[in-house]
Amino acid sequence: MTNSRDVWVFGDYRNYFQNRVTLQLLARGRELAQAQEGELCAVVIGHDLQQWVDEYVAHGADRVLALDHPSLTAYQGETYTSLLVDLARERKPAVILVGATSFGRELAARAAKRLGTGLTADCVDLRLDDQGRLVQTAPGFGGNLLAEIVIPRHWPQMATVRPGTFQELPHDYERQAPVEWLPLPAGLKPERVRLVKSERLAPREQALETAGVVVCGGRGMGSKKKFRNLVELARLLGGQVAATRPVVYARWCEEGALVGQAGRQIKPQVLFSFGVSGAIQHTAGIGGAPFIVAVNKNPGAVMMQMADVGLVADANQACLALIRELKKRLRS
Amino acid sequence: MHIVVCLKQVPMVSELPWDPRTGRLMRGQAEGMMNPACKHALEAALRLKEEHGGSLTALCMGPPEAEEVLREALALGADEAVLLCDPRLAGADTLATSHTLARAIQAVAPDFDLALLGCTTTDSETGQVGPQLAEELDLPAAFNVEHLELTGRALTVRRVYDGFLETLEMDLPALLTITTQEFAPRETPLGGLERAFAQASVRVMDAEAIGASLDRVGDKGSAGRMLRVYSPTAQKKCVLLTGAVKKSVQELFERYGDRLGGLIGQDLASEEEGHDQ
Ligand SMILES: Cc1cc2nc3c(=O)[nH]c(=O)nc-3n(C[C@H](O)[C@H](O)[C@H](O)COP(=O)(O)OP(=O)(O)OC[C@H]3O[C@@H](n4cnc5c(N)ncnc54)[C@H](O)[C@@H]3O)c2cc1C
Repeated sequence: MTNSRDVWVFGDYRNYFQNRVTLQLLARGRELAQAQEGELCAVVIGHDLQQWVDEYVAHGADRVLALDHPSLTAYQGETYTSLLVDLARERKPAVILVGATSFGRELAARAAKRLGTGLTADCVDLRLDDQGRLVQTAPGFGGNLLAEIVIPRHWPQMATVRPGTFQELPHDYERQAPVEWLPLPAGLKPERVRLVKSERLAPREQALETAGVVVCGGRGMGSKKKFRNLVELARLLGGQVAATRPVVYARWCEEGALVGQAGRQIKPQVLFSFGVSGAIQHTAGIGGAPFIVAVNKNPGAVMMQMADVGLVADANQACLALIRELKKRLRS
Repeated sequence: MHIVVCLKQVPMVSELPWDPRTGRLMRGQAEGMMNPACKHALEAALRLKEEHGGSLTALCMGPPEAEEVLREALALGADEAVLLCDPRLAGADTLATSHTLARAIQAVAPDFDLALLGCTTTDSETGQVGPQLAEELDLPAAFNVEHLELTGRALTVRRVYDGFLETLEMDLPALLTITTQEFAPRETPLGGLERAFAQASVRVMDAEAIGASLDRVGDKGSAGRMLRVYSPTAQKKCVLLTGAVKKSVQELFERYGDRLGGLIGQDLASEEEGHDQ
């Protein structure tokens, strides 16, 4: 059997309300499937799946493959990999997309290995080229660069994508699509790793993710003491403080303030960025803020080019001047 | 008990020059260090060895300079160090890397009980090598482990996975990847480092020595192909304000005070003269 043109999205429904990455992948997967006249198929494994199946159809899946069994209630790396890989071998999708959750990363890596194919982590863009190959754009190793990667000779083409990278389609509960309820295959090997206990942790502080104003400091702030000035500025603006990785590494602020690929994804209305160069791993987390003010002594910094207004100045001096000016204006 | 720990050397800075033709990092231009999560994995291995006895093999794939991280591991208490160094192993994606590491482990430590890795590396952060190595070695495995206990041959581990605190159990032999949450690495003893550098105890092996098939390692064994590398182009037209800071800040409010104020819900456009004095 030759490979289909279908695009598969793994239905990762745990933590549905915190992370809607499956729906976001369905939206992009739909464009990819349509472009090559294939089907967009959601593959969901677990138990009590009806609600997720409905959700995936409403968000654009042309077909849902559902493996529903009480023994699949908890996510299990080995078993889920076997099930996904067997299905893929049987139906030969062209592309498999998986959300970059902890479990999704494990599952995608295992499945890619068993299928002997390539897997690109943390894609920020996915498109098809004129030869129908999936062009995966992912941050290059360190630095302000993006790399376009293809998987030309291996099958299927696999990618993980972080939550928040693509936008989900509006739901349509009138939509209909075939749903295949598949039986658990016989002879499945028992999971060698036993889940003894699983407790849901309190959802982490969301203040940064939902803040309308974010004041972000980078290495250019100069010191821990100066970095503190940003806290005062954020307070005046009614916003939250964020940071880049060198700042977090230097312990100028707590780790939870890290924004970017390895940290949080923010979507502020206004972003103030002080002494930040604008590396892709950082800017991947700032989600197209409609208004950006950047301060950098280097007018050529990427962060300055991304901004609406760039102040060519010392980061800390500018922060202090802003505080002074704001105090004046807020009083009046 | 025989523990194998896989260590990667990463550049100390994250901004590295690229070779625009090959799209590869010019690693030669940066000082290397042991990847932080790998260092925590090594610490976990050392503590297990102290508690349960046995031996510890450190394994690293990399250029000749990567020998440094193995010397560090020896200074800290590893019994044996193996550097997989072969130009044909270079340019590997995670598919090829996991194959290489699997072959190496089978060649140098066929009797191993536990393989430990860092959960991610700071230079690419895919987190894929651990799961793929577990697949190739066909071992029970857990990733992003923060805490572990060994009782006999039974391993109990704890990790945070997608907002759940999970406790998992498995039997040895097994594979774990370790985060930087716990297992704070100990200081490298100075004398130990000197001794480790003086003794030529790092074994260097190439692709043949570990029995890897050449079409499954390095660039050749990798599935991904880089089409191009580029700088994301600026999306906006930036208005640059130069000159004295105070003036620039005033200009910012004069020109954008309305917009800013609207976005943050404050009136910023007007300034009452004289209040500042
Ligand atoms: C796998 C991986 C994941 C990563 N994940 C993240 C992540 O999630 N988040 C993140 O932030 N980074 C991440 N990074 C690191 C990222 O690549 C950059 O190294 C980092 O974002 C740079 O931080 P910075 O802009 O503060 O520092 P720098 O790049 O050092 O930039 C400092 C800037 O400040 C300016 N400057 C210096 N002095 C002054 C001054 N006195 N006044 C004004 N301006 C000044 C400089 O011109 C420069 O533009 C990751 C890297 C890798 C490899």
